[in-house]
Amino acid sequence: MSAPVIEVSGLTKRFEETVAVDHIDFAIARGVTAALLGGNGAGKTTTISMLLGLLLPSEGSVRVLGADMRRDRYRVLPRMNFSSPYVELPHRLTVRENLRVYGALYGVKSVRGRIATLARDLQLNEFLDRKTGNLSAGQKTRVALAKALINEPELLLLDEPTVSLDPDTGDWVRGYLETYRARTGATILLASHNMGEVERLCSEVFMMRKGRIVDHGSPEALIDRYGRDTLEEVFLDIARGKPRAAAAQ
Amino acid sequence: MSTAFALALSPRRVGAMVLRHLYLFRGSWPRAFELVYWPILTMVLWGFTSKFLVTNSSWVARAGGVLIYAVLLWEVMFRGQLGVAFSFLEEMWSRNLGHLFVSPLRPYEWVLSLLAMSFLRVTLGIVPAALLAIPLYHYSIFTLGLPLIAFFTLLLVMGWAVGLAIIALILRHGLGAENLAWVAVFVLSPISGIYYPISVLPLWMQWIAWCFPTAYVFEGMRGVLFQNEFRLDFFFAALALDIVYIAIGSAILLWSFRRARRTGALLQMGE
Repeated sequence: MSAPVIEVSGLTKRFEETVAVDHIDFAIARGVTAALLGGNGAGKTTTISMLLGLLLPSEGSVRVLGADMRRDRYRVLPRMNFSSPYVELPHRLTVRENLRVYGALYGVKSVRGRIATLARDLQLNEFLDRKTGNLSAGQKTRVALAKALINEPELLLLDEPTVSLDPDTGDWVRGYLETYRARTGATILLASHNMGEVERLCSEVFMMRKGRIVDHGSPEALIDRYGRDTLEEVFLDIARGKPRAAAAQ
Repeated sequence: MSTAFALALSPRRVGAMVLRHLYLFRGSWPRAFELVYWPILTMVLWGFTSKFLVTNSSWVARAGGVLIYAVLLWEVMFRGQLGVAFSFLEEMWSRNLGHLFVSPLRPYEWVLSLLAMSFLRVTLGIVPAALLAIPLYHYSIFTLGLPLIAFFTLLLVMGWAVGLAIIALILRHGLGAENLAWVAVFVLSPISGIYYPISVLPLWMQWIAWCFPTAYVFEGMRGVLFQNEFRLDFFFAALALDIVYIAIGSAILLWSFRRARRTGALLQMGE
């Protein structure tokens, strides 16, 4: 069995008095699509930021693709990528210009060819030479996804990948992610509020509340365990602090 | 292994960041225009002032171009600092820092790209103004010869040091500190002896003035113009101080960057 792509041990992040992430442990195997699920302030984005090395943990360790992210992150950053609605691409650059810049930053060998492939797959051609700031929310999400896939990453971290998208575009993005994982064997970790998305895409779910992982398993296993019909009901039980037994009654 | 990776420098990544800013200029003519607008306007203003003072001030009459040369050299430092700070602010305004710092771009590669952009901005801004001064006022800063390269480099590096410190302050305090990018460098202007000798200052201010490379550069410039002498002692003093200040600027920035990784500021910063 291959080593996990992500290994987190005792991971903690404190911002002065606030504990945003509280001694969490988890591992994600290669080729798996997993989710961090939780309400606002549960610690999902903070966890993803620490996985990327963008945020230094207060305690604990993060290993990604075998590298300690505190000391060795530059060894593995070319093999991973990230997208978030809270981090944008330069508005005044065209889509093509942004992808060229990030292609070069990630050391992509044939940037031109990669952009052509992504433009075809993600249907960017009609606005490839438009300024990124002038695009609709759906178009921007596709561009952000193109940037996140520019280096064909082995590990893709996505923070709320379909937030603010209409159902059609959201469904299309989810379909694309499924195809990408099946084609490349990549590992995907997403943070989401969207239960339908998580049920469809993920084989493993880590339920977070107040900075802790309070439960985990496949969507089906979680639904069974809580005696519910949907993952959304499980989410509500956990968000409201109901224990498993009480939730099942 | 990790050390080798940490020290790896990729010209391609530095080039990508320079390209990112060049795209910005290509897509926005007001930005490109602004590069040359202020240096030319300032040069025109001081050109006429010089013409007037040449006939009314014996000090200026000794070397007619002294004020124009001084203003152009001061612009090198001012624009050098702005070039660093504004290239950084562009990333903050576009909320792009998070993407940059999860890419393989190293902080020192990013800093190198800021310095490269600053050099380009300064060159593109100052050279047209300097060239225009020749037909307009018959003063050519290029007659300073090799010392001009020394003065240009010394002031540019000091501008970079101030720019790096300003970035550190913005990383620490957020966009509330962005106005510092415009005004911070002017704190040095009274003690730099741009338009007057350092000896004009009160003694206690002279002590402070000699702690900055700018005083040596502008005194050195007047040495070349008035006595036709390049003061090597001034040059080496300015060089040593430049090394000290660029080291301080870099250290403050690295400290500030590490702090931003502790506080999560890299993900949150933006308009």
